[in-house]
Amino acid sequence: MMLARDDQSPLKRTPLHALHVARGGKMVPFAGYDMPVQYATGVLREHLHTRKLAGLFDVSHMGQIALRPKSGKLEDAALALERLVPQDIVAVAVGRQRYAQFTNGAGGILDDLMVANFGSHLFLVVNAACKAADEAHLRAHLSDVCEIEPLAGRALIALQGPKAESVLATVCADAAAMRFMDAGPHVVDGIDCFLSRSGYTGEDGFEISVPAERAESLATRLLANSDVLPIGLGARDSLRLEAGLCLYGHDIDTTTTPVEGALEWSIQKSRRHGGARAGGFPGADKILAQLANGAPRRRVGLKPEGRAPVREGAPLFADTTSSEPIGAVTSGGFGPSLNAPIAMGYLPSPLAVAGAPVFAELRGQRLPLRVTAMPFVPNTYKR
Amino acid sequence: MTTLFTSDHEWLRIEGDVATIGVTDYAQSQLGDVVFVELPKVGRKLKKAEAAAVVESVKAASDVYAPISGEVLEVNEALAAEPALVNSDAGGKAWFFKLKIADKSELGGLMDEAGYKAHTA
Repeated sequence: MMLARDDQSPLKRTPLHALHVARGGKMVPFAGYDMPVQYATGVLREHLHTRKLAGLFDVSHMGQIALRPKSGKLEDAALALERLVPQDIVAVAVGRQRYAQFTNGAGGILDDLMVANFGSHLFLVVNAACKAADEAHLRAHLSDVCEIEPLAGRALIALQGPKAESVLATVCADAAAMRFMDAGPHVVDGIDCFLSRSGYTGEDGFEISVPAERAESLATRLLANSDVLPIGLGARDSLRLEAGLCLYGHDIDTTTTPVEGALEWSIQKSRRHGGARAGGFPGADKILAQLANGAPRRRVGLKPEGRAPVREGAPLFADTTSSEPIGAVTSGGFGPSLNAPIAMGYLPSPLAVAGAPVFAELRGQRLPLRVTAMPFVPNTYKR
Repeated sequence: MTTLFTSDHEWLRIEGDVATIGVTDYAQSQLGDVVFVELPKVGRKLKKAEAAAVVESVKAASDVYAPISGEVLEVNEALAAEPALVNSDAGGKAWFFKLKIADKSELGGLMDEAGYKAHTA
């Protein structure tokens, strides 16, 4: 159960660290930060509370980066970013946000991220473990066109769940009018924030980028609402798994392409063969070929037929006797909303169809699983 | 009836030559919400320190080791149906299995309640 530390460097703290400790957060190292894995509530109830009412998550460890066009024309920054991602960034309207991936020359994924158009600049949210590398990557490739400004002085708070809108509406007049993936500067509790209607739980909800020195007062204000509980990283993981969302470094990484990762929905026509700006991003040859012809393997949802959770790293087999694995589980655990174990992993494309039977090896036994469409729990985004 | 404890956070209730075995309340508080328990087969002959059962929380899987050697006489089927019993009543309803004690001298290496309290303090 003990989590190993990779290095001896001191753990960083988010602006909400004192609040986590004061509220009984069980603190663990995560991506170089001392973060709450759960509170006294426990992972199971934190998860269910978020699906029923609302949960507040500290995601301040994630990277926030402003990409400013030196020309002053936003399209220049958008076109520049398109050199690094297979998404159509030019088409992201002011006040909107889009999911993207930084790819490498082999078509693998360096990181996944959110890109919002704030009119004067692009606002990026990247994974904590990748943020230094992402920043260097942006500087190396976009410095001719953009100023790259890491926004280290900001916290990021996610408010997720069916009551997120009504709770946020008590401190933000604009909240209720926003739709899924709207994003922009808004005043929240009298503070100038960057607000998006998005998240990582499959629920309706918001992410609030707030100046670090105002983060604790805002979080405290939101937590004062009886519908809101603080939620740790444990439930964040089970919520995103039920929602079928990828965890970078586990379900996708430098060895998986966006097509293998079943993320082709995030690659717009304009960047595909025959599109107005086809290709022109790292690994385009491989990714565009896979979009046209299919990938050899695919990320799929998996439901164990028994009660035992099947966890990351478990090898997958076509039957109970074959000696060669055909894939592996990349995320797995227990889905509290389903009251059942769930997992995701990679399988050869011919087997990556809903209903296909596979077997996972666990403690010397071959346990039956079925390939299952994702999300496991339907999302409730306000579109 | 005597209750003994291991440093791996298991308890043993000794009645004659039968030991009823479970995990401690301290263990369940560290595990978090338990969602799955795998029990040994009745009749299995366990050696001391052998992995006997598995308890899975929302966070991770943990082995439960046989604290002493012996044959499995009975397992708590209620745990398979309701793993959360481990969280709600670790020291009572959530017993894991009963062993026919093979060698009473193995009990000598276990702690009493005061010793276990000091161990987890």
